[in-house]
Amino acid sequence: MEKYFLILIGTVFVNNIALAKILGMCPFFGVTKRLEVATGMGFATAFVLTVGSGASYLIDTYLLGPDLAYLRTFSFIVAIASVVQLTEMYVKKSSPLLYQTLGIYLPLITTNCAVLGIPLLNAQENHNFIESLLFGFGGATGFSLVLVLFASMRERLEGASVPEVFKGGPIAMATASLLSLSFMGFAGLVKV
Amino acid sequence: MSYKEIAWNGLWKNNVGLVQLLGLCPLLAVTTSVVNGVGLGLATTFVMTMSNGIVSLARNHVPHEIRIPVFILIIAALVTLTDLAMNAYVHHLYLVLGIYIPLIVANCSVLGRTEVFAAKNPVLPSLMDGLMMGVGATIVLGILGGVREAFGLGTLFSGINMVFGEAAKSWVITVVPDYHGILYAILPPGAFLGLGALLAIKNWISLHGSSKALQAENPSVSGLDSAAAFH
Repeated sequence: MEKYFLILIGTVFVNNIALAKILGMCPFFGVTKRLEVATGMGFATAFVLTVGSGASYLIDTYLLGPDLAYLRTFSFIVAIASVVQLTEMYVKKSSPLLYQTLGIYLPLITTNCAVLGIPLLNAQENHNFIESLLFGFGGATGFSLVLVLFASMRERLEGASVPEVFKGGPIAMATASLLSLSFMGFAGLVKV
Repeated sequence: MSYKEIAWNGLWKNNVGLVQLLGLCPLLAVTTSVVNGVGLGLATTFVMTMSNGIVSLARNHVPHEIRIPVFILIIAALVTLTDLAMNAYVHHLYLVLGIYIPLIVANCSVLGRTEVFAAKNPVLPSLMDGLMMGVGATIVLGILGGVREAFGLGTLFSGINMVFGEAAKSWVITVVPDYHGILYAILPPGAFLGLGALLAIKNWISLHGSSKALQAENPSVSGLDSAAAFH
C-alpha cells in the first residue's frame, strides 16, 4: 500500500511529466491560455492516460511479450488512438453532459506525447498492472495540476505589459521555466 | 511552390521549433548537449523526409476519412526502423536519448507536415519539404543544445565519442576551462528559458527586418509572426 502511495506522490510532484520529464508540451503551451479549457483538457488527459496505460500493459504482456518488444511503439499508438476514439463514441452516447466537458478535448489528446510516453516508460521499467495504472493516473494528475497552475499564471500575464520582443512565446517559456524551477523543489521528497 | 521557397520555409519562415512551436517535447527534453540535440534532430529529419515521401506516393490511394490513422501507421513504422537502426549502430546515444526516439511518432510536427504538405503535393517537393523542415528543426536543436551545454558544462560536443568512437574524445571543445557549471542550464527549467531566449531573438530579428521592409512593401505584415502563430 505504501509503495503505491509513493508512486502517486512521485509521479504527481517529483517526476512531474510536464515539468521534469518534459512530455506533453503541445497541450501544455497550446491549451493554457484559458483556465477552463486547461481544466477540461486536464480531466480528459487523466482519463485517457489511465485507460491507455492499462490497455498498453495488457498488450505488452499478453500480446507482444519479450520477442516482439520492437513492435511496442507501433501497437501502443494504435491502442491509444482506439481508446481515444472509443471513449469519444461511448461518452457521446451515454453522457451528453460529460461529452460537453470532455468531448472537444478528446481528439486533441492524440497530439499529447505523454499518452505514448507513459506506457513506454511503464514497459521499460517493468511495472505490473496496478503500478502501470497508478503511474498513468498519477502522471495525468500531475499534468492536470500543472496545466491549471500554468493557465492561471498566463491569464494574469495577459494584463501585464511585456516588452514587444517577449510577447507570446518567450514570456510563456520564461514562466514555464520558473514553474519548473519551483517543482524542482520537490526533488528528494520521494526516493524514486 | 519552388524548391527555394520550400527551403526558406523550412529553415526560417515556418521553422518547426521557432515559429510553429510544434514538437516541443524533444526540443526541450534532449537538448542538454549539442550531440544529443543533433542526434535526435537527424533521426527526426530522416523520419520526416521518408514519411513525407511515402505519404505523397500514397496520397491518391488513401480514402480521405481514414488518412490520419494511415499516416500515423506509416510514421510509426519508420520510427520503429530508426529506433532499431540507432540501437544497432549508435547504441550509447540510443541509451541516452531513451524514450524520445519512439516518441518521434507523437511529434506533431511530423504528422503535421504529412497532412499539410505531403498529402497535397508530388513526391519530390514533399521529400524536399520534409528534409528542410527536419534540417530546420535540427539546427534549432543544435543551437539550444549548444547554449545549454556551454552554460551548464562549459564544453561543446561532449559525448561525441558516443557516435564516432573513442578517437573522437579529443574533438570536445572546452569553452571555459575549469568551469564548475550552472546546473540550472542542464535541468528542465534551463530548457524552457533557453528556448524562450531563442524565440525572443527570433522575434527581435523579425521585428528589426520588418521595420526596414515596412517602408519597402506590405506594411500590414507584422514581424511578430511567431507570436501570432502561438495559439
